[in-house]
Amino acid sequence: MLTYMIRRLLLAIPALLFTSLVIFLLVDFAPGSPMSQIPLTVPPDVRARIVEALGANEPIHLRFGLWLYQFFVVEPAYLLDQMFGTTLSTGRQRILSWQSRSPVMDIIAERLPQTLTVIGLAYVIGVLIALPIGIYSAYRPYSWFDQIGTFVAMVGFSVPTFLTGVVLIVVFSVNLGWLPSVYDTRLRMTGWNSFVQQAGQMAMPVMVLALFNAAEISRYMRSSMLDTLGQDYVRTARATGIGERAVVLKHALRNALIPVVTVIALGVPTVFAGAIVTEQVFRVNGLGALLINALEASDLPMVQTLTFIFAVLIVLFNLIADILYGILDPRIRYD
Amino acid sequence: MPDGALPVLDVKGLKTVFRTRGGEVHAVNSVSFHLQPGELLGVVGESGSGKSVTMMSLIGLLPSPPADVREGQVLLGGMDLLRATPDQLRAVRGARIGFVFQDPMTSLNPVFNVGNQIMEPLRKHMGMDRKAARQRALELLELVGIPDAARRLDDFPHQFSGGMRQRVMIAIALACNPEVLIADEPTTALDVTIQAQILELVKELRQKLGMAIVWITHDLGVIAGIADRVMVMYGGQVVEQAPVRELFANPQHPYTRALLKTIPKVSGEREGRLQVIEGQPPILSAAPTACPFRARCAHAFDRCHRENPQRRAIGAGRVGYGHDVACHWTPEVTHA
Ligand SMILES: Nc1ncnc2c1ncn2[C@@H]1O[C@H](COP(=O)(O)OP(=O)(O)O)[C@@H](O)[C@H]1O
Ligand SMILES: [Mg+2]
Repeated sequence: MLTYMIRRLLLAIPALLFTSLVIFLLVDFAPGSPMSQIPLTVPPDVRARIVEALGANEPIHLRFGLWLYQFFVVEPAYLLDQMFGTTLSTGRQRILSWQSRSPVMDIIAERLPQTLTVIGLAYVIGVLIALPIGIYSAYRPYSWFDQIGTFVAMVGFSVPTFLTGVVLIVVFSVNLGWLPSVYDTRLRMTGWNSFVQQAGQMAMPVMVLALFNAAEISRYMRSSMLDTLGQDYVRTARATGIGERAVVLKHALRNALIPVVTVIALGVPTVFAGAIVTEQVFRVNGLGALLINALEASDLPMVQTLTFIFAVLIVLFNLIADILYGILDPRIRYD
Repeated sequence: MPDGALPVLDVKGLKTVFRTRGGEVHAVNSVSFHLQPGELLGVVGESGSGKSVTMMSLIGLLPSPPADVREGQVLLGGMDLLRATPDQLRAVRGARIGFVFQDPMTSLNPVFNVGNQIMEPLRKHMGMDRKAARQRALELLELVGIPDAARRLDDFPHQFSGGMRQRVMIAIALACNPEVLIADEPTTALDVTIQAQILELVKELRQKLGMAIVWITHDLGVIAGIADRVMVMYGGQVVEQAPVRELFANPQHPYTRALLKTIPKVSGEREGRLQVIEGQPPILSAAPTACPFRARCAHAFDRCHRENPQRRAIGAGRVGYGHDVACHWTPEVTHA
């Protein structure tokens, strides 16, 4: 298992390097320049100097090399310095945003909590809703419960989040006035009142994402459970006279969860991607919004770093999914 | 078999119907049989003849819907299992009636080790704690002839061969010393040599433990060596029933006769080519009003198309206890 994991990680390195190059080239070839946000009144020679100061006029291979060096050497060194008070990174340039001139990683660290609370909570809630629904639907297939579940899942899955988001805003913010339509990032939770406020502003984005995730995962859970409930070993378990709960929740569920857990793990990075839209709709000032703004401003280091982090997440959760598979299914051995 | 001894299991007029989209399937029609203590009853019939459905109906193992066990009585020591509560049924399953299924590759749960799966009925029915159950599981694995049992207790099903898995299945079924063991084609999925080993094991366990056994197979050859009595099923009905020697010596039903011809001779050369029974098994879309075998029967006459034959005794004895057959036709010459 351990050797398998190490092999997988080593294999991931060239894949990630290649991905980072592709991202770099794509972002670089995209139309727009870091200057597009600077007022036209700024004279051309000043513009040229700004570009030079940003390093944006260097040849592409140098810029890519610099980014690699900064991402893989300087930033980890800086992190170590922060944690242990060492001075590994002194005198070395961290990745800077062209837009704000401050370190990209600091901005990301600042935005991460918003994304994590909203997206993370939505995913957890989605999973927690989806599993029981999927299990019960499979246990009583084509019952009214299952029919309603199927319908809701179909709606949740096929209606895009920007639409459900807008519909919720119209209903709960515009018509009923119960919930704020704009997410206030500066809100600090200091007591009961601000907690209620925070819960209120999180309710809609979390609901939208949770519905979407629950729709998909409950379908997986249902079909996987339906499949296992028909297996011979479930009949064997029944024939031993153990209770129906143990038959369903131990013998069947334990098997049905294997593919579902994999899907849940693989879904984590795609949820980040899907959140880009939701953050935009509800004005949640998270990573999604950060990426969109950076794209608009052609902030190459920021876009490059963010997309690369997404790529790393995908590889990481693929690995996690594989490991979980090995833990859950004794038939899988990686050596 | 003496008439007087009280049967451990007495099934009367069992009728099971599946409700499907395409209409009803009458899988089991008025099946009656009984099982004496310590007896081995062989149940034969080609696939689709209702053997598995009959046995699974007994202890409520068929999913409902679509299955509907409509009529009949299943008496186990005075209790009617068809009218028992789910809790009462669960107390019977695995404790008083053990089940071994056909396919050992799929009948064990792949994610639990075999020790765990043997211990489960022990803890449920015998109220054993982990330690006692584990000890008993170990004894059971030794009983069914798994070498190095102590080490194999923690192995998962995929680490066993097909024959060894079927031994594990037998260990699970026998865990709580049941009065009845129902083995549904337990050797069909196995190689011939492994099949012989499992047969030997069951004979031996029967000697040691003395439970009554229902042995389902579509192979009369297997039955010949182990059964006391044989019940032949066709189209969801019992078509013939007799002590094993009597059945082989004096088969009455045209279907039984055809089945006997399909057995390859064990010794010597084969008698010509292996026979197959011509035609298709019947479609059981309604309760039969005619003999289910009529379309494939060489002896069918007009009565067979009008009336479903009842079981009638051959010679002395009641239906179910001596030799009986459900057929309108009488063979002119009985074979010696
Ligand atoms: N779930 C089901 N739905 C509909 N029909 C079924 C179902 N299970 C079994 N049957 C029907 O019951 C009949 C008997 O099946 P079975 O008892 O499995 O035969 P055997 O064990 O003798 O091979 C078959 O004709 C089959 O079509
Ligand atoms: Mg069968």
